[in-house]
Amino acid sequence: MKQFLKGTFTAAAALSVLATGVIAEDTPKQGGTLVTVLSTNVRNLNSAVQSGIVTGYPGAQLFASPLRYDEDWTPQPYLAESWNVSDDGLTVTLNLAKNAKFHDGVALTSKDVAFSVDVIKANHPFKSMFAPVESVETPDDHTAVLKLSKPHPALMLAMSGQLMSIIPQHIYGDVPIDEVKTHPRNNENTVGSGPFKLVEYKSGEHVILERFDDFFIEGRPYLDKVVMRIISDPAARAIAYENGEVHMGAFESLPRIINRLKKVDGLTVTSEGYGGIGPLDWLAMNTTKGPLADVRVRKAIAHAVDKNFIRNALMQGTTDESRTGIHPDSPFYNADVEAYELDLDKANALLDEAGFPMNGGTRFALTIDFGWPGVKPQVEYVKAALKKVGIDVTVRASADFPTWAKRMGTMDFDMSWDTVFNWGDPVIGVHRTYNSENIAKGVWSNTQGYSNSRVDELMAMAAVENDMAKRTALYAEFQQIIADELPVYHVNTLPYHTVYSDKVGNPPLGIWGTSTPIDMTYLKD
Amino acid sequence: MQFLQTTLIRIFYAIVLLVAVLVLNFSLMHLAPGDVADTISQSMGGADQELLDRIRSDYGLDQPFLVQLGRYIAGVLQFDLGFSFFYNQPVTKLIMERLPATLLLVVTAQLLALFLGVFLGVISARKPNGLTSHFVTFMALFGYAAPVFWTGILLLIGFSLHLHWFPVAGMRDVTISGGFWVHFVDVLRHLILPMITLASIFLALYSRLARATMMEVLGSDYVRTAKSKGLSQRQVVYKHALKNSLSPVITLAGLQFSAVISGAVLVETVFSWPGLGTLAFQSIIARDTPTILGILFFSALVVIVGNLLTDIALRLVDPRLRGRS
Repeated sequence: MKQFLKGTFTAAAALSVLATGVIAEDTPKQGGTLVTVLSTNVRNLNSAVQSGIVTGYPGAQLFASPLRYDEDWTPQPYLAESWNVSDDGLTVTLNLAKNAKFHDGVALTSKDVAFSVDVIKANHPFKSMFAPVESVETPDDHTAVLKLSKPHPALMLAMSGQLMSIIPQHIYGDVPIDEVKTHPRNNENTVGSGPFKLVEYKSGEHVILERFDDFFIEGRPYLDKVVMRIISDPAARAIAYENGEVHMGAFESLPRIINRLKKVDGLTVTSEGYGGIGPLDWLAMNTTKGPLADVRVRKAIAHAVDKNFIRNALMQGTTDESRTGIHPDSPFYNADVEAYELDLDKANALLDEAGFPMNGGTRFALTIDFGWPGVKPQVEYVKAALKKVGIDVTVRASADFPTWAKRMGTMDFDMSWDTVFNWGDPVIGVHRTYNSENIAKGVWSNTQGYSNSRVDELMAMAAVENDMAKRTALYAEFQQIIADELPVYHVNTLPYHTVYSDKVGNPPLGIWGTSTPIDMTYLKD
Repeated sequence: MQFLQTTLIRIFYAIVLLVAVLVLNFSLMHLAPGDVADTISQSMGGADQELLDRIRSDYGLDQPFLVQLGRYIAGVLQFDLGFSFFYNQPVTKLIMERLPATLLLVVTAQLLALFLGVFLGVISARKPNGLTSHFVTFMALFGYAAPVFWTGILLLIGFSLHLHWFPVAGMRDVTISGGFWVHFVDVLRHLILPMITLASIFLALYSRLARATMMEVLGSDYVRTAKSKGLSQRQVVYKHALKNSLSPVITLAGLQFSAVISGAVLVETVFSWPGLGTLAFQSIIARDTPTILGILFFSALVVIVGNLLTDIALRLVDPRLRGRS
């Protein structure tokens, strides 16, 4: 009986978690100033024209989006109180909150939604998000109807978090659509409809936000003020967490610091909240030239590079394995693919078979690039690991990011360590790496020169498949082929961690992490 | 009159130097592969070719090199340092927001290093082989040899993490409110660690030089005269000898002023001090040419002004220079 009761309670608790998406430990308290941290200067606060993780956090507080996501990848109402996708998948209707206002008191209407879609289409780097949206109709002030040229399931994630910030037409409409990205109100006196309004942005110092009293969700946000201090040195940030000077920070990525902070009383360090952004580390291989054009060589390399060494020794256990181009937290992730366990005999056999016999300890030479100093250990390890199977690797350093980006974008490389983000739906951040129509179109395009008509076909089908089960199956096959043909050897997730003090109630740990409104976050006494 | 002429000549040289600095750096920045469009796309998590091309045409990066250079120099001659590609703000505004913080740090650190350096130098010169002298020399050399970021982090661990005396980063605590003095004390608390860190590099130079010149001066005839007059050791050292031993130290301080500014880049980065140093660092990483050149321009100005001030200070302590140009 006791056991039964316990089970029931657990189920009830689980249900309430599902219903609210929040673990209700105790009742949220109103008020207080939450001090958080940003690791670099914000280029632009307007998340409709500036993507990226730095803008995501302030952007999601200033601007509201139609939908939001919690931990379980199910869309939740936000600016859109409800929504409907037509049976043919070509019409998406959003019913907007009727009391939504911008921070200057002007009501938010469907016209602003239509305007924002235009601005995003013209300025945002992720063209695939709204490419199928042909027009946005506005039958009345609180209904926006998105007309699509084809079914577009990726739209759901693209309408959430920082990806679809609704910006006020009455402020940004005074310049041509494609000049909104340099609008003076992007950094000063910025006005949105999110839970917090801008008090001050001082470059290099801080972003200060305060509670928007007319926020469209009654009783929220809980915090009076949110301070985002800009502290670029990771060691200084770590001390600030330990000291209690800063309550919360995200995107901490140095394994040494993560592991140190994990031991500090009063702090929680978690890798939850990064599934949406989906950051992955991988070994990219140029499939168009030299020995790497042979898939057996690429497989041999995968067998010779020990993922476990990278994850356990170099990353000190702070990352998860990722076997495919889709982040392991994503519902589309398929772990049932070739894992390429360390096997030097197999690697040697594959290289022999590919026609590269061992000749005085060496078979052939390759180069490896890296874009930023943080991944140098991985690159040096790859060099050492491949020496064991007779591949002589030269590490090519780049002076800075643009130097490396140029090499990647023009496919002037053999191998490179690369870090690429999923950005929600695979259509947004995954397809670009494998699509044969996207070869060598700048950094983070298909820089591997990979081309497979079946892969192209699977991506095209999955992009328009509204049935979740069918879509998952298409991506499962896609991941199998990619793992088999290895244009990229997927190694691990990025060790991004969120650090927060015990004083913080309900930290943002949904799929978009801190790139979501923190209207439910509060400070305990 | 002659003084005015030399000053004018120096200002002319300074302008020539400034233009040379700008042209040289513009060319160097241009030689490196890739450009700010790449870092903008990095900050956005990627961009397609179309967007990259548009960013390049928006900022005129698709123009030939000489056209870009000509436009830039023409702008600077009209006192327009241009528009930051990366931060979408006028460079002058970006720099002006940061300049006060850097000046505060650099000037206080320089003064601290100078006064403390001279003081320690004098103490150790009085008993060159005493224990104090060795200790001062050791500490000074230690500060000089230790990397700035290491000293900074050590101070942070000691005084911020364990003792809780000073805050970790930034220049002010935005959560406090109060009058002028509350904020004054707040900025001071934030200033102390970065100031000490930056001063520690230059302390060695000044104290070593002050020690050497002081020892030389203490051996000279007029000091012996002063002593035989029956003046106390204290009076001899601080009234007679010190003034004469100062001019080499001040000259060195003037020369070191540019080094202090470059030292500030690292110190500001460690302590997230919102000055030109952090901006310079971020702009270089971002390949934001107008901002980098703007910062170089302003740093050069600050160095020139610093050198002029040094000249004036030298004339104040050394009457022999006053009559000369």
